[in-house]
Amino acid sequence: MSRSPRFYLQLAFTVLVCAFLVVPVVLSIMAGVTENFFIGIKSGLTLRWVVEVWSLYSKTIFLSIGIALATLAVTLLIGVPAAYVLARRQNRYTRWMEELLVLPVAVPGLATALALILLYGQFRGFRISWSFILVGHVLFTLPFMVRSVLAVMGAIDLKTLEDAAASLGASFTQRFFHVILPNCRQGILAGALMVVTLSMGEFNITWMLHTPLTMTLPVGLADSYASMRLEIGSAYTIIFFIMIIPLLVAMQWMSEPPNVRARARKKQHG
Amino acid sequence: MDNTVGIRLAGCGKTFADGTRALERVDLDINPGETVVLLGPSGCGKTTMLRIIAGLEQPDAGGRVLFGGEDVTLLPIEQRHVGMVFQSYALFPNMSVAENIAYGLRVRGMDAAQKKQRVDEMLSMMHLDSFAERQIDQLSGGQRQRVALARALAVRPRVLLLDEPLTALDAKLRESLRAEIDRLLRSLKITAVYVTHDQSEAMALGDRIAVMDHGRIAQIGSPRDIYYRPATRFVADFIGSMNRVRGSVEGEHLRLASGRLHVGPRVRAEVLFRPEDVRIVDSGGAHLQARIVNAFFLGDHTRLILDLGDAQTIIAETVERREFRPGDLVPVTVDAAALLFLD
Repeated sequence: MSRSPRFYLQLAFTVLVCAFLVVPVVLSIMAGVTENFFIGIKSGLTLRWVVEVWSLYSKTIFLSIGIALATLAVTLLIGVPAAYVLARRQNRYTRWMEELLVLPVAVPGLATALALILLYGQFRGFRISWSFILVGHVLFTLPFMVRSVLAVMGAIDLKTLEDAAASLGASFTQRFFHVILPNCRQGILAGALMVVTLSMGEFNITWMLHTPLTMTLPVGLADSYASMRLEIGSAYTIIFFIMIIPLLVAMQWMSEPPNVRARARKKQHG
Repeated sequence: MDNTVGIRLAGCGKTFADGTRALERVDLDINPGETVVLLGPSGCGKTTMLRIIAGLEQPDAGGRVLFGGEDVTLLPIEQRHVGMVFQSYALFPNMSVAENIAYGLRVRGMDAAQKKQRVDEMLSMMHLDSFAERQIDQLSGGQRQRVALARALAVRPRVLLLDEPLTALDAKLRESLRAEIDRLLRSLKITAVYVTHDQSEAMALGDRIAVMDHGRIAQIGSPRDIYYRPATRFVADFIGSMNRVRGSVEGEHLRLASGRLHVGPRVRAEVLFRPEDVRIVDSGGAHLQARIVNAFFLGDHTRLILDLGDAQTIIAETVERREFRPGDLVPVTVDAAALLFLD
């Protein structure tokens, strides 16, 4: 089949853009498993750097996972009920609240962190514990949870479903757990993945809030870039990728509406 | 159903927070086992009245809702023991057909064996036996509404409340499901309140129809009462088609540009009558000489638009098989017994 020059031009452009995005990633991964980056691949491949990172920074990895899960727990406990209230009470105030919720995303992380330090810096025990970072992460990720759940709640006729459940004798608690939560599952899952991913990768706020003993993965990454061999920083990146990419893939998969997925499945089965 | 009760509304009005008055203070008595249809255009207050009966809305202060003598005004819907069917079906997408039907029993803590038996009973009553394990999104609209009916009836409610249950369905399905609902209401002998804006649904299903207008009950009565003896102009115009002609009184007759109509001793300057009461007659006796403006052959009958002169047109329906052509003159009359007078 002959194609127009225009096609090849577009193809070349696409490949170029992809290369621009992907090459640094590949290079970084390569650097992490190369014996000596300045000599190059011919110096040999090794997992030595990865092991070294593990021995130096494994604590930051566990702390990051811990904070991400704690952030998830808090955003679920606050975010889902908040989204429910915003969805059920449609008035001037709730619309204001919805707008205000975007603020922590729009304001630079450094400013949020500074405000937290000004307000809570004097409480020393709190200031040096990991829960200080947790507060920053919750502030930053909560809007994503609320928005994600709110979007699903807006798409289903929540009020009528609740009326129907109530007419059948279900109390508020029963309605919430039998009908509302299961039917918002999609939004809650998408929000949860988003929150975990954002918390794991959060740098701006965390960098301001951390202490040498409460270093998270991205902050450790910056630390290793600044003070270690380039190969160690790169090996660290590999570990970060391994942790974050499954989350990103899951998020992408979740963001497709279910009927699209079902259709894709059907097509596969022929 | 043995536990069904009558419903009584006493002085129930509804003013919303923004000041709109959805329902004027109304009183309504519904007998046990009776089906009352609330009929009216959108915004007439019929849905508000249903939601007050259900417990989804509170009446304004002073209003009371009674179920068989028990004052339920302060009870929320989940304690009123009602069954409710919604226009949008409101089935739970996260549950199968059987789980939907069992939901009311589940929250009541019924044991598994009894629950299964009741669900099977409902499935076969609604001819849904083979659908038990289906997901809701695998059902057609008609099937969904049958599941919704089964779910509402599974808890053996004291009253059944239906909010425009057929409106979302296409015409053919609407008719067959209407017949099914009719059969259910008759065989279960359950007190039912049915909201609709469709007069043929109201006529077919209602023991009594409450025609509503601007938050008031304009008239309540049997379908025949409402149709043949409308109490107000609004009811006359809302139910079916109604012709209205004016003329001058001449003894027991009404004189129009196109002839005379025998009215009888109750003669008035304005009379109303239904299209099907217009009779095509021989040119003897009192009659109107009407000119055909349009003739629509509809198979089972022909609908004529007739000009009576003086810019007065009426609609007539006839089952005569002859062909009517626009421009032709036909002599018509209306029996005095079929004429209505309204102020």
